[in-house]
Amino acid sequence: MLSRTADNLYWLARYVERAEYLARILDATLRLTALPLAYVGAGNEWQSAVATAGCADAFAAAYPEANEDTVTHFLAFSPANPSSIRCCLESARVNARAVRTALTVEMWDTINGAWLELKKWSDGPSSRQDFSSFLRWVIESSLRFDGSAYRTMLRNDAYWFSRLGLYIERADNTARILDVKYHLLLPAIEPVGGPLDYFQWASILRSVSALTAYHWVYRENVKPWLVAELLILRDEMPRSLASCYENLVQNADRIARAYGRQGLAQRQARTIRARLENSRIEQIFQEGLHEFLNDFIKDNNQFGAAVTQQYLV
Amino acid sequence: MRISIAHSTVYRYEPPANGAVQVLRLTPRNHDSQYVARWRIDVSPDAQLAMREDAFGNITHVFSAARPLPEIRVDVDGEVETQDGNGVVRGTAERFPQSLFLRDTDLTRADAAIRALAEEIGTANGCIPLDSLHALMRRLHDEIAYDTALTNTPMSAAEAFALKRGVCRDLTHAFIAVARCLGIPARYVAGYLQLADGITEQEAGHAWAEAFVPDLGWVGFDPANAICQTDAYVRVAVGLDSLGAAPVRGARYGISAESLEVAIKVGQ
Amino acid sequence: MFDEMQGSEQSRQVVRPAYAALWDWLGETKPDVLDFRRREAELLFRRIGITFAVYGDAEAHERLIPFDIIPRILSASEWDVLHRGLVQRIKAINAFVNDIYHRREILKAGVLPEDLIFQNPVFRPEMNGQKVPHDVYVHVAGIDVVRTDAETFYVLEDNARTPSGVSYMLENREIMLRLFPELFSRYRVAPVEHYPDELLQTLKSVAPSAASSDPTVVLLTPGLHNSAYYEHSFLADKLGIELVEGRDLVVKDEVVHMRTTEGLKRVDVIYRRIDDDFLDPLVFRPDSALGVPGLMSAYQADNVTLANAVGTGIADDKAIYSYMPQILKFYLGEDPILKNVPTWRCRESDHLTYVLEHIGELVTKEVHGSGGYGMLIGPAADRATIAAFCAKLKSNPKDFIAQPTLALSTCPTCVEDGIAPRHVDLRPFVLAGRDRIHVVPGGLTRVAMPKGSLVVNSSQGGGTKDTWVLDR
Repeated sequence: MLSRTADNLYWLARYVERAEYLARILDATLRLTALPLAYVGAGNEWQSAVATAGCADAFAAAYPEANEDTVTHFLAFSPANPSSIRCCLESARVNARAVRTALTVEMWDTINGAWLELKKWSDGPSSRQDFSSFLRWVIESSLRFDGSAYRTMLRNDAYWFSRLGLYIERADNTARILDVKYHLLLPAIEPVGGPLDYFQWASILRSVSALTAYHWVYRENVKPWLVAELLILRDEMPRSLASCYENLVQNADRIARAYGRQGLAQRQARTIRARLENSRIEQIFQEGLHEFLNDFIKDNNQFGAAVTQQYLV
Repeated sequence: MRISIAHSTVYRYEPPANGAVQVLRLTPRNHDSQYVARWRIDVSPDAQLAMREDAFGNITHVFSAARPLPEIRVDVDGEVETQDGNGVVRGTAERFPQSLFLRDTDLTRADAAIRALAEEIGTANGCIPLDSLHALMRRLHDEIAYDTALTNTPMSAAEAFALKRGVCRDLTHAFIAVARCLGIPARYVAGYLQLADGITEQEAGHAWAEAFVPDLGWVGFDPANAICQTDAYVRVAVGLDSLGAAPVRGARYGISAESLEVAIKVGQ
Repeated sequence: MFDEMQGSEQSRQVVRPAYAALWDWLGETKPDVLDFRRREAELLFRRIGITFAVYGDAEAHERLIPFDIIPRILSASEWDVLHRGLVQRIKAINAFVNDIYHRREILKAGVLPEDLIFQNPVFRPEMNGQKVPHDVYVHVAGIDVVRTDAETFYVLEDNARTPSGVSYMLENREIMLRLFPELFSRYRVAPVEHYPDELLQTLKSVAPSAASSDPTVVLLTPGLHNSAYYEHSFLADKLGIELVEGRDLVVKDEVVHMRTTEGLKRVDVIYRRIDDDFLDPLVFRPDSALGVPGLMSAYQADNVTLANAVGTGIADDKAIYSYMPQILKFYLGEDPILKNVPTWRCRESDHLTYVLEHIGELVTKEVHGSGGYGMLIGPAADRATIAAFCAKLKSNPKDFIAQPTLALSTCPTCVEDGIAPRHVDLRPFVLAGRDRIHVVPGGLTRVAMPKGSLVVNSSQGGGTKDTWVLDR
């Protein structure tokens, strides 16, 4: 297939995934800030939402202060922020339109429909409730897109490249949210198990839609190292780094098999997966969670660059 | 006259480009007063140099270079024997009837000022083509100041004429635009000029015009020097304008910055 | 005024045979049912996402071309005439373009004035002497035809560059089949759905000799922002070929390749929907970012086929058009089956005088305008418009031609207040391959939606209809 087509599919998936992730962060932040201060601590949750979205610098350049208004506008609706939900959905559609013939009708309908629907909110939300329904709508659109890709696409390179985009983005997002909140996950900064931490951890889990999953997996109270373990190492957790790399290795290998040739991308994916497989959470904490996550984000980026170099240009 | 020519062009790309394609019009042909005794064209990195002829009869070489491409070198080296034809150029490769060279192009399109000049010169010279062309050549030479600072500023004939400054390319465009307004077929010639003052090192190739004069044929006019073509001129390529006769037209892939270095030696 | 359904004014009582069943059906069908289907059709089109960017209309960046659900019907015998006429026309056009870029016999014979070719911006000096694979220049033509009475078809324009609209022909039929199955049971309508197959076969047949027995064909688009992008992606999909942009192609050692996820892949035939000017920045406009640097060198080396060939604009030039009867005669020794609209060439002084005197009755067009721009419809224009146009015309007469205002036929069309006649034209698509010319029975019927309007161009609010050619 054309390199450009693969590139569009890859980015289409990334943008949709990113839009969903932003919606989840905003949703979790809204909940957190709705709680009485005593439950969440005095940190600026809106500032941390911006950091989690990976655009703290751009935000700081545009706004004097992080609060509900500025952050929701910046992360959800701002045309000036290329990573806002709005821009993500628009970029997703630009990419989709460029490869319409490589998409199934269902996928196109979802993206095109979302793009048309988006115009309803072009002046921003009318109320907090309206904003909540906007966020729900973004998440649902992403789920519908993902579902229609899963259920209607031929299992060929087009599908595999779009999955690579999805999982690279997802891995990046999960790593980022952990990194921004890592101080909360570190033991012994505050007495463990206080109400303050509970809501923060729950918020992290909620932002990756893993709150229920946590209880299914651990059947325990929310504990910071278990939250970290769930999101980094447990491969039954679909947004964990381990699960993302399980999928990345699989999809990269399928491409290599179909083309009868493998390269740097395949080797890198395997290396990263092996590192995740061989890690224990105690050891990660010992050697530094922040360092671990930083390295991972870098490796994940490099893997993305290898995919681009090998297939997409 | 025996003129030796060495012309080297170096393109540097930072970071290295992802590849490039170039079309070269750097090989002169023979005609009645020009004989190419020796000519070599060399490109590095090594590439297949495909020789063809363009629609105007110019010899072209096309090559493509793969990534990573930190630089391209094009070296031309040769010797040409010339004779003075009193400005008249005979025995050239002609692929079109003269009337094709009345066509205007973006670079040679006349505007009101150019049309006015054409009218003035035509009237003053009783619409006699040869007289008009000589008058035009002198007029442009006197009116448009030579300014090498404009070498890398692409301009149309109308723009250069309004600015009253330019290089040989711009004077030639203006000449062509006016000549065509007068109903005289005219074309752009790219080549080399051996300077009378003996300076052999030059920064750029030369350009002049040819106009078709009934009973004489194609006559070379060099408005930059206000003389007709002599045996100091080596004719390499012709076209409707500088783009059509361009020594090099190329494209590179990737987002690298390009720097260019040209060294030309024309001497005996 | 001739109506496709009811014939000439004198015969309005009798419905023409091809329309009899439609007439009955329209009589039986309640207006609200019709209206419901009309809205359903619109919904379907919107869903499919047919978009058409109108120049200078940033607001309506994507909007629908109105679709009219009442089909335009041509009988088998009418089609037979059209078909023969179109085949004849494309043969002459290909012979003409080949001649213009090689021996130029037609100029030597004095049939055309030399300057009309050499001074013409659509003439491409760069194509001079260039051999094209199998001597086919125009592989796809969209020839605009209008009729004024039961017998007479006129060719209005030969679109020999990159004609568009064929996707509407195909989509319109799909929609009609979905919405009006009962109507199709009353008629035997010749299918058009095999057009993509025919197109692919045509394109493969003209692959250069260096190509493999199964040549790789691609469709080259200027990209998303082109007004016909939808059609490009639609066709690529139907043909099962890659839809490429200039940046997807790269020329290496005079061979064109596309960048794929598996590395470079050789390309043999390019169905290009990019104008000549933008094809290769090393030969044409140096600022073109849409094209492929070095493409023309691969073309010259006979390593790739461009469809249509470069320089075919010379065949659909409005000034050349007026010579088409002589051109047909010159190359084929035949008289044209389809008439040419009588045309005054303003470059000739006696013609200009006539045009200026009769401008109120004529349609005067800029030779290099298209899409209905740069044109004056005398009878519909006010004094001020005419005066302004005359000034333009006088300052540069050679850029204009004029034609009588033809009484274009009308066809029943759904409008605000029911069904009313509206003027239509027809663009059938002609395919010319290595040794076969094919015309899919049908075409794009364009309809001028405002009452009395004669401008059918979609860029000026024209709509479309499905075109039915009846099987005998």
